Amino acid sequence: MIRVHVSPDPIDLTGEMMRVEQGNVGAVASFCGLVRADDGVDVLELEHYPGATEAALERIAQTATERWSLQGATIVHRVGPMRPGERIVLVVTAAPHRRDALDACAYLIDSLKTDAPFWKRETRGDQASWVEARDSDTAAASRWQA
Amino acid sequence: MTILYFAWVRERVGLAEEALALPDGVASVADLIRWLAARGGGYAEALAEPERLRAAVDQNFVGLDASIVGAREVALFPPVTGG
Repeated sequence: MIRVHVSPDPIDLTGEMMRVEQGNVGAVASFCGLVRADDGVDVLELEHYPGATEAALERIAQTATERWSLQGATIVHRVGPMRPGERIVLVVTAAPHRRDALDACAYLIDSLKTDAPFWKRETRGDQASWVEARDSDTAAASRWQA
Repeated sequence: MTILYFAWVRERVGLAEEALALPDGVASVADLIRWLAARGGGYAEALAEPERLRAAVDQNFVGLDASIVGAREVALFPPVTGG
């Protein structure tokens, strides 16, 4: 019921959502992040740490299944070059009831922002720069540590 | 020991990975960063500010004071920015 997938392929939103609609699922929640065209970004490139990235995502998903009553926890993250408007990450949770699905979904996306080894590099015209980590992401992840 | 570099650390060092034999006394991640930075050039540029770096030893995320004794793989990288 845990599914982690890291690949350069486009993310199949409907396929991933339908995949968890099995058994006696009553609630499916999802979060999908898209590449923003901030200040004229042409290309966003995602680098990762093969093996360690998947292991980190598995750990995050495992923690979610221990904390909430889940029937499915899916994390799909794209890597490589992407353009504005394309999907970069998808988190899907399935549970008997909405509260578990919604809370676990928020936990998964907040945690992967700070605990999984991915790095973003933006290109604008012929200028490339690495995206800096944000304190607001650390704060969002830490609110689950109560 | 295999040393991996990611993101701007990789770009500045000019390598994604390399196999190195470490001298005695290089026992922690911080020791490794100091030892590599002393090589100068791209290493010095990438590793001059250890507080900007994060590390993994055998794919486990650790603080810079963590031991690397007996490790197969150490990775050095900036704070992560996925999602």
